[in-house]
Amino acid sequence: MDRYVCQICGYVYDPEQGDPDNGVDPGTSFDNVPDDWTCPVCGASKDEFEKE
Amino acid sequence: MKPVEIVKGVYNVGVIDWNIRDFHGYSTEIGTTYNAYLIVDEQVVLIDTVKKEFADQLLANIAEIVDPKKIDIVISNHTEMDHSGGLPRVMHYIGESKPLYCSKMGHKNLAQHFGQIFNYQAVENGQELSIGSRTLAFLETRMLHWPDSMFTYSKSEQILFSSDAFGQHYAGYEMFDDAVGDAIMPHAKKYFANILLLYSPKILKLVEQVAEMGLEIKVICPDHGIIWRKDPGKIINAYVEWSKQEPAKKAIIIYDTMWKSTKLMAEAIADGIAETGVAVKPIHIRSSHRSEIMTEVLDARAIVVGSPTLNNGLFPSVSDVLTYMKGLRPKNKIGASFGSYGWSGESVKLINAELEAMKFDMIDSGLKIQYVPDKEGLSDCRAYGRKIGEAVAGQ
Repeated sequence: MDRYVCQICGYVYDPEQGDPDNGVDPGTSFDNVPDDWTCPVCGASKDEFEKE
Repeated sequence: MKPVEIVKGVYNVGVIDWNIRDFHGYSTEIGTTYNAYLIVDEQVVLIDTVKKEFADQLLANIAEIVDPKKIDIVISNHTEMDHSGGLPRVMHYIGESKPLYCSKMGHKNLAQHFGQIFNYQAVENGQELSIGSRTLAFLETRMLHWPDSMFTYSKSEQILFSSDAFGQHYAGYEMFDDAVGDAIMPHAKKYFANILLLYSPKILKLVEQVAEMGLEIKVICPDHGIIWRKDPGKIINAYVEWSKQEPAKKAIIIYDTMWKSTKLMAEAIADGIAETGVAVKPIHIRSSHRSEIMTEVLDARAIVVGSPTLNNGLFPSVSDVLTYMKGLRPKNKIGASFGSYGWSGESVKLINAELEAMKFDMIDSGLKIQYVPDKEGLSDCRAYGRKIGEAVAGQ
């Protein structure tokens, strides 16, 4: 599964870790992250992310 | 303010804003400074500018050292307008074709402030630039505290130009840590609590990264307040401690009141907390300022919030503080709520929802009292305070 990088702040979404603090379980591919999920660091929307 | 020489050939050419009292909603009771730095080498470099209305003062300060037209390179560490507002005036004066170095996000953000009119030179993290006897290195520090933020580091002199990080809203002729002493720390703490708290994880990572890179730092030159030259380690260590968010055994009670019933509750809860030996401070919101309150939040373990119910909702000033606090994302907090009400009494439930959204560990569902607390009510408040105090003491 690919990692995705926030183009605003550089946060890396790692599907192995997910983002459990914000309701995304470990093992969730970026495609399956909910559309209303936002970058946990800067709050940018999902469409600001690009494949690492 | 006259230019101040920091080391040979490196000057603070910034300005003092003695009169500002409200800095985008942050109370600046003694004003602040907008620092800008001039390095005179084979190439003359200006790092950051000042607020727009101080641009001529900046140019006059530079002129005391060198004709501003001789500036070869401008570096923008941060796009925010207290540091970039003077750019159009400065660039116009020195020549708009001169290179303007910034981060990749800086390029994007500056263009969204001023247009694509400058000769932007976007740098990569770690990129170096020789300016003669000195080499400057650029360190990307995204979200510390804007996407464009970066540091510039002078390798030979080990000076870190740290943008807003390590800054303080402080106005005075004491320009260095050795001149002002420990009196600067409350200002640095307030700055951290109100500007940087939400980026604590990034700060810890950055400090680690800087240590791994073996970057020695002799002087830290922030964009506000005093320069750290005697003991830059002091402010770095303070940042590490604040970023860890390991609160003290301390509770604060933040409240507002209409007919003093919620005030009576606040003070009785404070009495109860004090009985357990935990430090406590009741803070009436409209007698304080949200940025002062946030400074108290930084190292408090328990955040107790009180509001009367006004027209089925929270008292507006309480919403203000909760909104502000939520954005700054404090961690490792115990939450509790209380309030007096007349007939419907929604405030406590609304406070709970806010504190739960901030992931506070809630003591319970809160304490409500109808109209004026009587003897029994006040005794309930003290008992509630003891419960909060014990939770803090037993952490």
